[in-house]
Amino acid sequence: MTNPADLLLASTAVAGPVVDFLREWPVMWPELWLSTQDTLYMVWWASFFSVLFGLPLGVLLVTTDRGGLTPAPALRAVLSTVVNVGRSLPFIVLMVAVLALTRLLVGTTLGPTAAIVPLSIGAVPFFARLVETSLREVDRGVIEAAHAMGTRKVSIVGKVMLPEALAGLIAGLVMTVVTLISYSAMAGAIGGGGLGDLAIREGYQRFNDHYLWATVILLVAIVQIVQSLGDLLVRRLVNR
Amino acid sequence: MIDAVGLQKVYRLKKKQVTALNGVDLHVRSGEIYGVVGQSGAGKSTLLRSVNLLERPDQGTVEVDGQALTSLHGTGLRGARRRIGMVHQHFALLSSRTVAGNVAFPLEVAGVGRAQRRTKVGELLELVGLGDKARAYPSQLSGGQKQRVGIARALASDPKVLLSDEATSALDPETTEAILVLLRRLRDELGLTILLITHEMDVIKRICDSAAIMADGEFLESGRVLDLIGTPGSLLARSLFPLPDNGGPDTVVVTYPRSFDRPFMSELTRRFDVDVNILGGGVEEVAGQSVGRLSVDLMGNRRTEAIDYLTQQGLLVEEAGQ
Repeated sequence: MTNPADLLLASTAVAGPVVDFLREWPVMWPELWLSTQDTLYMVWWASFFSVLFGLPLGVLLVTTDRGGLTPAPALRAVLSTVVNVGRSLPFIVLMVAVLALTRLLVGTTLGPTAAIVPLSIGAVPFFARLVETSLREVDRGVIEAAHAMGTRKVSIVGKVMLPEALAGLIAGLVMTVVTLISYSAMAGAIGGGGLGDLAIREGYQRFNDHYLWATVILLVAIVQIVQSLGDLLVRRLVNR
Repeated sequence: MIDAVGLQKVYRLKKKQVTALNGVDLHVRSGEIYGVVGQSGAGKSTLLRSVNLLERPDQGTVEVDGQALTSLHGTGLRGARRRIGMVHQHFALLSSRTVAGNVAFPLEVAGVGRAQRRTKVGELLELVGLGDKARAYPSQLSGGQKQRVGIARALASDPKVLLSDEATSALDPETTEAILVLLRRLRDELGLTILLITHEMDVIKRICDSAAIMADGEFLESGRVLDLIGTPGSLLARSLFPLPDNGGPDTVVVTYPRSFDRPFMSELTRRFDVDVNILGGGVEEVAGQSVGRLSVDLMGNRRTEAIDYLTQQGLLVEEAGQ
């Protein structure tokens, strides 16, 4: 039979650090909140650019393919190669590789704004492939029917392919945003700011475990919220 | 209404060539229901898609309502396609749009205004018996209802010609019957010309005025259904009325190519003193006529006279082995 005193001891051994952590939370919060804002700022703009460039790129990958709306094998080969190169580079390498471009566009390579450049460049090909996959799942019969009704190619993309693939597109966007949150933490490693930066500076370099835990909790929470919102949206669209 | 001449289409696959259309001539009269029947791979689908140029034939010309489609491209072709309705085997409805949204699609594409679209969609849904389903999504409908939406959509731009690509093949027999009745009613009420392809002989029997049997990219026979049935050696007659293969040397196949209200068989026994033994046969309602085919043994000295008599009366008699 276990001695109740041992149990008490064991529970304080776990509870003690948790209590300490919770006590310190208000002290850490101002810095955590600033870093969270930086992360959200980077992820928001990088997501925006991913859609802005990735959506048309994904559409082109489908329409220029053989049997597509406007077959152009040469153009497609070029686009596909570019996308593959972007997809195959590890993000941490890509960040360094585009430093010159970042300096050209933003004027600096440090800070959240500068991080938006490599984040977008990393996410555009990722999202483009996801767009391509969802557009390919659109029933060819429906596209043929649209042709039979005398629909212009632009309208086939805008009124048939994109609306029919909407659920898949949103699921792809959610996946891209979640990936961007993870990339943004990596961007912190080379001075991008945000929660990743905070975790490295305080948690890794100063052995401050509480900051490490706090950033982990916040990152998990953000990913959960994004995923749940996305799932909700997809379910509402597919429930038809 | 539809005149296609010398259609030729070859698909080049990796190593071999597949001839989908090998010199097909198709003539569909205004206001008739024309059925093309054949096995899968016979080229029916390519033929149907050649009429609105979803597939452009390698050779040959297509004219619909006096307009030469094969000379059209781009905007002109899109305009011509809007005057040809099409119904699809798997319905091809937009799952992201409501029933009303689907029917409105061709109107939207043609630039019809919102108010006008709404009125037209309401009329069309009433016409196909789905007035209460306007706000439903396709996934909430049965197969028959989906096809009614497909038909309403095909009629949205007031076409004179309706193309039907195996419209009933994905449906159960009762629903098939209802859709066929609807198609015939639309032809009668709107004066539509309907070209349909099917692999079901039943469809030909129930609603077609004219038919073609297709195999390997060619028409084996084509013409008015009743004429074909009355033609010696007709494949259509054989397919519509399968007879048992149990005949002997005295067996003849008697075809009634239209409604007769006379007891021919008992007449034969009385007049020509022959014995008649019925081996098999059937009577069906085809193109509004009661048409039948019998396989009978005719025995007796005056057998030849009996056969001549039947022929004079307008029946088609084919002797076994001929």
